[in-house]
Amino acid sequence: MGKLVVSLSPHAHGKDTVERNMYGVIIALLPALLVSFWFFGIGSAIVCGTSVAACVLFEWAINKYILRNERTTICDGSAVLTGLLLGFNLPSNLPIWIIIIGALFAIGLAKMPFGGLGNNLFNPALVGRAALLVAFPAQMTTWPKAGQITSYLDAETGATPLYLMQQAIKNGDPSLLDQLPDSLSLFLGNHPDGAGALGEICGAALLLGLVFMLWRKIITWHIPVSIIATVFVFSGLMHLTSPVYADPITVILSGGLLLGAIFMATDYVTSPMTPKGQLIYGVAIGVLTVIIRNWGAYPEGMSFAILIMNAFTPLINNYVKPQRFGEELKG
Amino acid sequence: MKFNARTFSIGGIHPEENKLTHEVATQVAALPKQAIFPLGQHIGAPAKPVVQKGDKVKVGTMIAEANGFVSAPIYSSVSGTVLKIDTAIDATGYRKPAIIINVEGDEWEERIDRSDKLETVAAHPELTPEEIVERIKSAGVVGMGGACFPTFIKLTPPPTAKAECVIINAVECEPYITADYRLMMEHADEILVGLELLMKAAKVTKGYIGIETNKPAAIELLTRKCAEVFGTSAYQVSVVPLKQRYPQGGEKQLVDAVIGRQVPAPPAIPVNVGAIVQNVGTAFAVYEAVMKHKPLFERYTTVTGKRLQNPSNFLVRMGTPMKELIDACGGMPEGDHKLLAGGPMMGKALTSVDVPICKGTNSVTIISDDEAVRKEPQPCIRCAKCVGACPMGLEPYLLAKLAAVQNWERSEQEDVVSCIECGSCQFTCPAHRPLLDHIRLGKATVMGIIRGRAEKK
Repeated sequence: MGKLVVSLSPHAHGKDTVERNMYGVIIALLPALLVSFWFFGIGSAIVCGTSVAACVLFEWAINKYILRNERTTICDGSAVLTGLLLGFNLPSNLPIWIIIIGALFAIGLAKMPFGGLGNNLFNPALVGRAALLVAFPAQMTTWPKAGQITSYLDAETGATPLYLMQQAIKNGDPSLLDQLPDSLSLFLGNHPDGAGALGEICGAALLLGLVFMLWRKIITWHIPVSIIATVFVFSGLMHLTSPVYADPITVILSGGLLLGAIFMATDYVTSPMTPKGQLIYGVAIGVLTVIIRNWGAYPEGMSFAILIMNAFTPLINNYVKPQRFGEELKG
Repeated sequence: MKFNARTFSIGGIHPEENKLTHEVATQVAALPKQAIFPLGQHIGAPAKPVVQKGDKVKVGTMIAEANGFVSAPIYSSVSGTVLKIDTAIDATGYRKPAIIINVEGDEWEERIDRSDKLETVAAHPELTPEEIVERIKSAGVVGMGGACFPTFIKLTPPPTAKAECVIINAVECEPYITADYRLMMEHADEILVGLELLMKAAKVTKGYIGIETNKPAAIELLTRKCAEVFGTSAYQVSVVPLKQRYPQGGEKQLVDAVIGRQVPAPPAIPVNVGAIVQNVGTAFAVYEAVMKHKPLFERYTTVTGKRLQNPSNFLVRMGTPMKELIDACGGMPEGDHKLLAGGPMMGKALTSVDVPICKGTNSVTIISDDEAVRKEPQPCIRCAKCVGACPMGLEPYLLAKLAAVQNWERSEQEDVVSCIECGSCQFTCPAHRPLLDHIRLGKATVMGIIRGRAEKK
C-alpha cells in the first residue's frame, strides 16, 4: 500500500484556474481584434503585436533581473491581456517606440512595483494609455479613418464621433451632431470617418465578448450593466434637456465606452469584491464618464473615470459588505 | 421527472457528483475480529467507560456512559471480551481513548427487537414526548450526518425558542456519498415513523423532508409514502424537492431552502427560527431506538472512490476498522491516496486505514491521483469568486488574509465565526489558495477570544 495524503478539507477543487480566466478574457477579445484587423489592417496588427510583446517582455525582464524571482509569471496570461488591452486603447497609427513606452508604464509602473498580478491598485493598461495621452497628446488624439488596411504611420486621420459631440456642446451647435454616423453603423463599426482607438470600433464584437465572459462565468453582469445603464440614463436626461447633447444610444456606442465597461472596468484586480460594491463602482464610472465627456477637456472620459474609481476600490471594499446570511433577522 | 425545486438564497457551488454507488444495494458488512470504540465520537464531553478489561459484553451492551449534559453513551456493536481500554488513532489523526473489544460470536442483548415488523406510533400510546426523548437519549443517538450532535438536546429547545417544524435532512449534497439515499430507498417506512416520533417529541405537527432532485426515485417514493402514512393524520408532512447545490445539507442552508427563514449569526441555532433539523439517518436511528429498543451501534456507510474496484454501501457495525470495508470493496488501490472519513468537501483525511467506523462516519472515500494532491497556490487575483460562492455571505479572501496577518479584531468584525467551513470558497478559487485553512485558524482563534471575554465578565 502506498502513502496516505493528509490535508484539511475541502479535498475537491472546481478545476478553475487563473489561466482559464485570463485566456478566457483574451478569447473574448478576439472578435474585436479580428474586426480591428478588418478595419485597420497592418496598423492594428503592428500596434497590438508590439504592445503584447513589449508587455510580456517587460514582465519577464522585471521578474528575472529586478525582482529576481525564480518562477516567471508570464505564462498566467495576465501580461498578454494587459498588452492586448493597451493596444486596443491606442490609435492604429501610433509609432512603435511610443507603444513600447506605454507598455513600460503599464507593466513597469502600474503592475510590477505593486507586487505583480493581484496587487496593483490601478488598471495597468489604462495607466499606460493615460500616461501616453499626457506625454504624447498629439499622437494619441489623431485617429486614423477606418478601411485603410495597408497603411500604418501614413494613415489618413479624421474626427471621431466623440470630438463632434464635444464640439456640439462647446459651440452650442446641435447641427454638428448631424455628421455623426447612425447607430447601426456605430454598432457594426462600418463608418468611414475617424473611428477612435483600434479596439473600440465595433460594439457588436465587444458585446459578443461580454456574452462569452458571462457564459463562462469569468465576470458577472454587475459592472458592465451598471455602467451602460448609468450612461444611458444620464446622457438620456441631458439629451432631453438640450439637443446639443447626443442621444444616449449614440453616446453608448461611440468611443471607448463599451470597451471600457466590458473589458477595462471589469479587471478583477482593480474592481470591488462584492456585487453591491461593483454596482456603486459601475454607477460612479458611468456618471464620471458622462461628466468628463460633456464638460471636460478630453473628448473621452472612460479611461479617466475607471482610473478614478480604481482609486476608490479599496474604500468601497472596506465599507460595502455582502449581505450576510441571516442578517435581516439580526437585532 | 421535473420538480418545482427550491434552494437556499446565497452562494453555493456545484461539485462533480460522483455518486458511484447510487444503485448499489446495501450489503451487511462482515463482523470485525476486533472492534474499536473511541470514547469521543460525538460533539461534547467524551463518554466514560463502564466496562473493564476482561468483561464480557453482548451486542447492545452499554460500554461507556454519557459524561455530562452534552454527551452520549456508547454501546457495543459486537459480542465478546473487552481486551483493553487504551488509545487508538481516530479520525482526528491523534491517539484518543478507546475501548477495544475482541469479537466472539454474535450474541445480542435480549431487549432488542430484531424482527422486521414495522411498529407504528399509533400502536404505542405509552410513548409520551418525554418518554421518546428519554429513549433517544439513553440509546446514544446523535446526528448521523457527520456533526454528531446529541439528538435529544435538539428536541428539547431552550425556553426562549419555540419549535414549529421538524425538517428531515435527506439532501446528501456531498459528492460520492449515497448512504442516506440507500437508506431511504430501503427503509422509507421506518424513516417516516422516525419522523413522526421526532415530531411528537418536539410537539410539532409540521414536518418536511428535503431531498435534492438528483434523487428522483427517493422523492417519488417518499412523497407516495407520506401521503399514505400522514394523509389522514393530524400531521402535515411534505417532501420538498431541492435544486442540486452544495452546501444545501448544511443546517442553516437547508432551513433557508425549505421554509425560507434564515438562522441569524451564532449563537443562534435553527430552532430560533422554529426549525429542528434531523438527518434522515438519525430519523431511522430514532425509530430503532424507540420502537426496537436498539441503541445506536450500526449505521449505513458508503465506501467509495474512483479507483476502488467495487464501491459499495454497507450496513456496518460501529467499531469496524475501515480497512475491513475497503478490503471488502477490493482493497486499497495501488499508489498514494487520500483516505477520507466523509466526502471530499468536508471529510477528514485520515492517517491510518485502521480508524474505526463511528457514529458519524457516513462514508469512507478514497481520493486518488491528481485529485489527492493540492495544486500550488498562486497570488490572489481578486476575482471575487469566493465572495460569490460563500453561502454565509462572507468574504473568504478577506478572512483568509486577516487570519494570515493575525488581525483577530478585524476578523471578528468581519464575522469569521459565521463560517460553516463548507469549503465552497477554496473549491472555487482559481488561484488554488488555501482559503479555508486560514479561515479555520481565524475562526478558532476568534471563538477562543470571545469565550475568554465571556468568562471574564
